[in-house]
Parts: sequence; structure tokens; C-alpha cells
Amino acid sequence: MEQTWRQARGAFAAIAAPPLVWLLLFFLVPLGVIWAYSFGENVGPITIDLTGTFANYMRALEPLYLSIFGKSVIVAGVTTLLCLLVGFPVALAIAFASPRMKAWLLLLIMLPFWTNLLIRTFALIAVLREQGYVNFGIEWFWNLASSARELVGMAPLGDYEPLTLLYNNAAVIVGLVYVHLPFMVLPLYSALDRMDRSLMEASLDLGAGHLRTILLVVVPLAAPGIASGVLITFIPALGSYLTPDLLGGTDSQMIANVIERQFKKANDWPFGAALSFLLMYLTFFAIAAQALIQRKPGRR
Amino acid sequence: MARVAREKPGPLEYHRRWPLQLIVGATFFFLYFPLIILMVFSFNDSKRNIVWQGFTFDYYEKVFKNAELIEAFGNSLTIAFFCTIISVVLGALTAVMLWRFRFPGKTAVEGAMALPIVVPEICMGVAMLVFFAKIMPWPSGMPWPFNLGAIIIAHVSFAFPFVATVVRARLASFNRELEEAAKDLGASEWRTFWDVLVPHMQPGLIAGALLAFTLSLDDFVITFFTAGPDTITFPVKVYSMLRFSVTPEVNAASTILIVVTVVLTAVGLHLQNQSENKKPKP
Amino acid sequence: MTDLAAAAAVKPTPHVKENAIIRFENITKRYGKVVAVDNVNLEIREGEFFALLGPSGCGKTTLLRMLAGFETPTEGRVFIDGQDVASLPPNKRPVNMVFQSYAVFPHMKVADNVAYGLKMDGVEGGEVKRRVEEALELVKLGGYGDRMPDQLSGGQRQRVALARALVKRPRVLLLDEPLSALDAKLRDQMRSELTSLQEKVGITFIMVTHDQDEALAIATRCAVMNRGLLAQVATPADLYEFPNSRFVADFVGSVNMFEGVLDKDEQDHAIVRAQELSAPVYLDHGVTGARGSTVWVALRPEKIEMHKRPEGSSPMKMEDAPAGTNVVSGVIRDIVYLGSETIFEIELESSRRVRTFRSNLTRYDQEDFTWDEPVWLAWHACSPAVLLS
Repeated sequence: MEQTWRQARGAFAAIAAPPLVWLLLFFLVPLGVIWAYSFGENVGPITIDLTGTFANYMRALEPLYLSIFGKSVIVAGVTTLLCLLVGFPVALAIAFASPRMKAWLLLLIMLPFWTNLLIRTFALIAVLREQGYVNFGIEWFWNLASSARELVGMAPLGDYEPLTLLYNNAAVIVGLVYVHLPFMVLPLYSALDRMDRSLMEASLDLGAGHLRTILLVVVPLAAPGIASGVLITFIPALGSYLTPDLLGGTDSQMIANVIERQFKKANDWPFGAALSFLLMYLTFFAIAAQALIQRKPGRR
Repeated sequence: MARVAREKPGPLEYHRRWPLQLIVGATFFFLYFPLIILMVFSFNDSKRNIVWQGFTFDYYEKVFKNAELIEAFGNSLTIAFFCTIISVVLGALTAVMLWRFRFPGKTAVEGAMALPIVVPEICMGVAMLVFFAKIMPWPSGMPWPFNLGAIIIAHVSFAFPFVATVVRARLASFNRELEEAAKDLGASEWRTFWDVLVPHMQPGLIAGALLAFTLSLDDFVITFFTAGPDTITFPVKVYSMLRFSVTPEVNAASTILIVVTVVLTAVGLHLQNQSENKKPKP
Repeated sequence: MTDLAAAAAVKPTPHVKENAIIRFENITKRYGKVVAVDNVNLEIREGEFFALLGPSGCGKTTLLRMLAGFETPTEGRVFIDGQDVASLPPNKRPVNMVFQSYAVFPHMKVADNVAYGLKMDGVEGGEVKRRVEEALELVKLGGYGDRMPDQLSGGQRQRVALARALVKRPRVLLLDEPLSALDAKLRDQMRSELTSLQEKVGITFIMVTHDQDEALAIATRCAVMNRGLLAQVATPADLYEFPNSRFVADFVGSVNMFEGVLDKDEQDHAIVRAQELSAPVYLDHGVTGARGSTVWVALRPEKIEMHKRPEGSSPMKMEDAPAGTNVVSGVIRDIVYLGSETIFEIELESSRRVRTFRSNLTRYDQEDFTWDEPVWLAWHACSPAVLLS
């Protein structure tokens, strides 16, 4: 029931102009400039010539940067997988809870999402660092075990050496899962919540167990929700800057950290621009792949 | 032998099965334990902030005496405020445009409007950095709040497509006959828009405003690239404090921000519920 | 046939006037290549309760929306009260509409909903208040002014929509499927309320419906539409008893239809031979058709009588039947008990099945018809309608 813009030219112009102009001026133009810079060369400390060179892209394909791209994809992939493994049962439990409980559980899942990303990362650092609560807890068990050994006449354990839980790849993945879990749970929940309960009952009625019902009925039916949950988790994880910056060590830099370095410390804007666009292409590739997978079941 | 009084969970009552309850419990523990620890230890009377030493407000006092932090906090709220207003207007217009009209290039416009949502933050951050460095340098030394203009513009650019998505979803449930009824009873296009369409959009507008506000308040990466030395926002300030050292002062500042967002979210959700409850039951 | 039609016509509603308040002149509406309304000419008289009847997609709603101003005709002209309304936008037309979903503004109180149209007309406050109360009384919602729409039932919301439209004192009230969203009991009640309301206010009502029962029960006159064309415009009784085509006969009520050939066509009688009937159909009036042409005999189930047929009796010949009566033999194959009546499905010798009703006049059926029982079916020579198309 849409109307054509010709029927109400004045109204259409008044409605469409502000957002379109804003998007063009303050989003598409900046992106366009970066795109142009990715074919440019530094000729002075602040001057860049748009020479149309592909050198920046060639440099981005060197093994050093290629490995960082690969690593970013792997880290984001592992994060997404962990979110899916944790998020699916959580979403399932929320979808089948009573309406009152459902509202509370959803709010609890949403609340960290409304909390500042930086604060959440900081909270994680405070827990995981050498004098943090995880180490504190392990130390307590360690001492307990130590005195237990003494009790039965064995030599006590030595002093507890705090584990280094931060500044490595595992910390980055834990941080990313911590931050992105709500992204995964919400689309999964809405897919499961929309699903017709009688389909699951039919499967149970026909003799399938719960595990098989979930694998053969629930998962295929929730596939679009799973796909969008995967995408909505993978994309921000792939481009994340803050988490690897604060939780990662020197060898756990992701692509966003490299881009930042080009624009701030290294002052090589054209190369940073090329890396930015490669990251964007990677993102679009993920979206296109998801769209292709989404379309397939509908074609049957 | 006493029988178990509790009823067995029904076949589809997955939330009452222990393996799922365990996973859900562990997940919420994982999500909330660090945050609760952070908040609790903002009141701890110790520098090392690992063992509970006693209750104190010292760090809150320090936060309120920290002029830079307070200024950053004020900047963040100001930016979020203006970003919300502009984003809601632009987002609502976008939603109405895409919902109402058929026009050449509509698919392209829809795609372009989705771009700010999917483009990685870092790419948008560097784009804004270059834009405000080379294309449209933001004059320095402008009076408040105009000195924050560049950041506000950058925030609006990524926030308003989110608002548009939320409002458009709300518009999908609009009954066109309401609009026709208003016209049938003698209302003009403009009256119809204000009397019927805007009240229907209201929950979407509130939800969109809430989203824009938190997105703006939350943003670090894009601000990090757009901010000048005299326009520090709260997340950027906390970031530099974190780089420096982890002190209970950061805990206190974070606790304040968490409380502010939780209160604002509660108010927003309440408003949204209220205006949604006005719609007729199916 | 015309004198018969006149005899069968219901008594006209007293306040129907002679002038045409609505006139459709050669109206055509196309959506791309789809023709929604095809060259419709129609006049609706002032004070009528008129029904536009037809299956979904027949163009009836498009016609109604043209009156309200939400659709513009591709060709032709629409007159309201003698005025060509082509250039009038919806908010300037002297007609008001009750929408299918009622379209009661969910964010306004009942009184504000009813007052909305008056405020748009710039009626002053005291007058608005008085007329709103009057309108709410009219639809039996006095005292509901302060309620919100979500505190009302579906039927009450419909009354709000009625009051909201009527309070503006339109020349014509348009009703889009007014009873479709109500449950069966409420629907019956609203039917009679709508008719009495229309008699009380004396405004022309035009209703769109796909439900033939509803149209027959409420309307003073109906237009049956099919695929954008006007099939027939007549009173409910004429539509039922004197349909002009197979479509109308089939759409309005249920019918047994037999294809046949016109064998004899005299001034005072006619005979149609149908392959599915063992005996020729005798009619006590002439048919305006060429001899040997294909015609259709439409026979309403309640006009067929059913009699026991003793086993072994030979098929009755037309000559043996009582004067002016048609008789065929068959066997009961299916019985559907509906409470007030029972439907029988009888298989004829040609294995064609025919339906007939029997009212359950007593609590125990004396004749006790049962499955696989041989029966005679008989009908009067004046009962079938002969259709040429």
C-alpha cells in the first residue's frame, strides 16, 4: 500500500531530504574520501597525493598483514561459535519460560548491553588480572589443598604463583564472548519464541527424544535466527578494537588495532585506508554469505 | 519414603530442566559477576582493591573533585542529548520515507541506510577522522556546546539508521484504515500525520531515542578518532585512566555511569510500555 | 417475468426518495493490467440501505472507496448529490465511512474519537459536546465517553465507529464489511440494530459485504458484482427468486443447477430437457430464448418436495404427475442434521446428486427418511428459474 513519490512530491521531498543529505554528507562522503585515500601516497607529513596506486593493497597482502587478517577471522569465528554454544541453551530456556520470568530474563540479558563497553571490559580486567578474583579464588583452593596435604602428612604445595589470565589470545576471546553474548541470545530467542510449539510436540509424539527433537526440528526451524545471530555477533567481533587493545598481548592484535596504528602513530593514512576497506569488504562478504545461506531453505 | 513434592517439568518446560538451569545460571554469573565486583569495590577502603577493607565514599569524592572527569562526563551527556534529538528526527523521517513511498532507487537507499549499522566502527572512526581533518575541519575554540559538534555529527551518522530500523518496525503494525478514517472525518494530510501517525510511532520513537542515547554514551572508538584534545568524553577519559593504572576511582566513575544508564533505561522502558499499552488489544 | 417480479417485491421502505444521491457513470478502475471495476453504471436513491455484494476481489470495495475518495476512477464519473466529486479529497466529501477494522483511534478516549470529525469542521466546543453525547446515546453507548478504546469489546468499538461517522451528519454513510469481525450471536443482533438505526437517522447507508445472508437481511436493494462487472441490481427477494444469471443464482443462497436445452417455448408454458434429469422440466411460463438454445434450470433446495417411493414402483411419467408438478426419482445418499432443518442429498438415476431441505416441524420426524431410501422428488412448475447465461 505504498504510494509513489509522484503523488506527493512536496511531502516526499520534505521527508526524504534531511536524512538523505545527512547520510550523503556525513557518512558516504567520509567513506568515499577513505576509499580515495586507499589509492594514494604519502608525499609529505600531512599531504597525500591520490596517485591511483595499488601499492597499499599490495602491501596489505604481505604475509604479516595477511596473517593478522586470518587471525582476526579465526578469533571472531571462535567467539561466534562459543556465543552460539552458550547462547542457544540460554535462548531456549528463556523462550520456554513463563511470561513473567521471560521478561525478567530478557531484561537481564539486555542490561549488560546497555552498559558501557569500556566499563564491561574494565570489569573483566579487574576480575582476570593477577590480583583479581579468579586468581584469588584459585589461590584459596590451592592453599586449601596445600593444608590438606599437610594434614595427611604430605609435603605442602609451594607458594601460589598467580596465573597470567590477561594479555593473551584467550583473554581476547573471553572478552569478546563477554561483550557479544547478548547479540547472539536476542535473535536466537526471537526465532525460538516465534516457533510453533506444536511442531516440537509432534516430534516428541512421534517418538523422538529431546536431543533429537532439538537437532532435527528446532535447529532447522530456527536456522534463520541462528544465521542472523551468527552474523550479528561475527561482524562486530571481526572489527573489534577495544577488547584486543585492552585484554590482548603484543601478539593478539586484531586488524582494527593495525588500522588505528596507521592513522595515529604510524601516520600512514593511505595504507590504513586500504586496510579499512579490506576489512569492510570482508564484512560485506560475510553478509552476502549469510544472505545466500538464508535464501537456500526458501527455495526448496 | 517421601515422594518428591515438586511436579516433574512438562515436556516443553525446558527452563525447568537442570542442565539448562545450570547453563543459564552460569551465563548470568559470567555476565554479572565482574560488574558486581566492580561496583562493590568502588566502596572498598583500599588501594589494592582486592580484599574488603571497609566501606568508604572516598573514591566518589575523588571523582567529583576530578574536574577533568566531571567535564568529560558532562560532555558525554551533552553529546548523547543532542545526538538523541537529531537521530530521532532523522530516523523517524527515514522510516516514514521508506515505509510510505515507492521511488526509483529505493533499494539502493535502503542499502545505504543499513551501511552505518554494518560498517565496522573502526572504519567509520577513521573516516570521520579524515573527514574532519581534511574536508570539513571543525573550528577549534568554539563555545560549548558547539565545540562538540564534530562528535555529535559522527554519533548521529551511526545512530540514526538504528532509530530508523526501530521506528520502521513499529510502522509495519500501523493500520492504514486509521489514517483513512482521520481523512474521512475531515482531517488534512498534516493533521492526519500528527493526530494518528505520530501517536502510533511513539513507542518506536521512545525506543529509538533510548537506543540512540545509549549508543552515543557507549561509543568509544568513533569518538576516540573524532575527539580533539579539548573535547574529551567519559569513555575516552576512562580509557586513558585505564592505560595509566587501575584505581578504585575508575570503579567509582564506572558505577556512576552504570547507575545512570540503568535508571535511564528503566525510565525509557517504562515510557515505552505506557505508550504501547495504549494500543488496542487484538 | 416482470409482473411476477413486481408481485414478489418487498414493500418499499417509506423514506426512500426518488432522487439518486449517488450516481456512478461508466466507472472503470484499472491497476496496471488488472481491471478491478469494469464500466459500472449505478444509481443509489436517497434513503436506501444499499448493499454491494460479491466475492472477494469483485471490485465492490473499490467502488465504496471511490465514494469515500480513497480511490480515483480510471474512467468515468462519480456524482454525490448531483455533484461530480472527482476533484474532492476525502476530507472534503459529504460522506463518512465505518471501516472494516473500525479504525477507532487507539490513543483517544471514546468521546474524543467521536468529536474528532466535528473538531475538523470547526464546530464550537459546547455544540461538539452536545452532539457527541447525542451520537453516543444513538448507538447505545451513553456514559462510555471517558473509556479508552482498548477497554471496549469489538461490538462496542464498532458502535464508536458508527457514532463517529454519524455525528457528522453525512449525506451517505459507507460501511465496509461492517459485521465481518463480530461473532455469530453479536452479528445477528447488530444486523437488526443497523436497520433500525438507518430508519431512525434516515441517512443513505451503503454497505459492502461478501456475505449474502447479511445483504439479504439488511439491505433494501443489492448490487451483486462479479469480476468488476455489475451482475444484477435488485431487491433481496428478486435476487433470490429471480436471479438473472448462473453466477447470481449460485452466489445468493444455495441452488441445484441443471444444464438443458430449451425444447418448447410458448406464451404460457415451456419445456427444458436436461440430461441429468430423467423427465423434462415443465415450466408454467414462457422463456425468452430461442428454441434449441442451451439454458440452465436453477432450483432452490427448499422448493423441492420429497416423498416416499415404494420399492419396485415404476418411474412416474410426467403425464401421471399432479398438474403443474415435475417429478423425478432418486435414492437418499446423505443426511445432514442441522437442528432447525435437515439437508438431504439425493442421488438421481443419472447419478447426479440433488439437495433438498426439510424443516424439522416436529420433534420426531413422522416419515423417518433414512439412508439409501428410494424417494420421489417433486417441484411446482413455477419454482425453477430458467437462466440464459
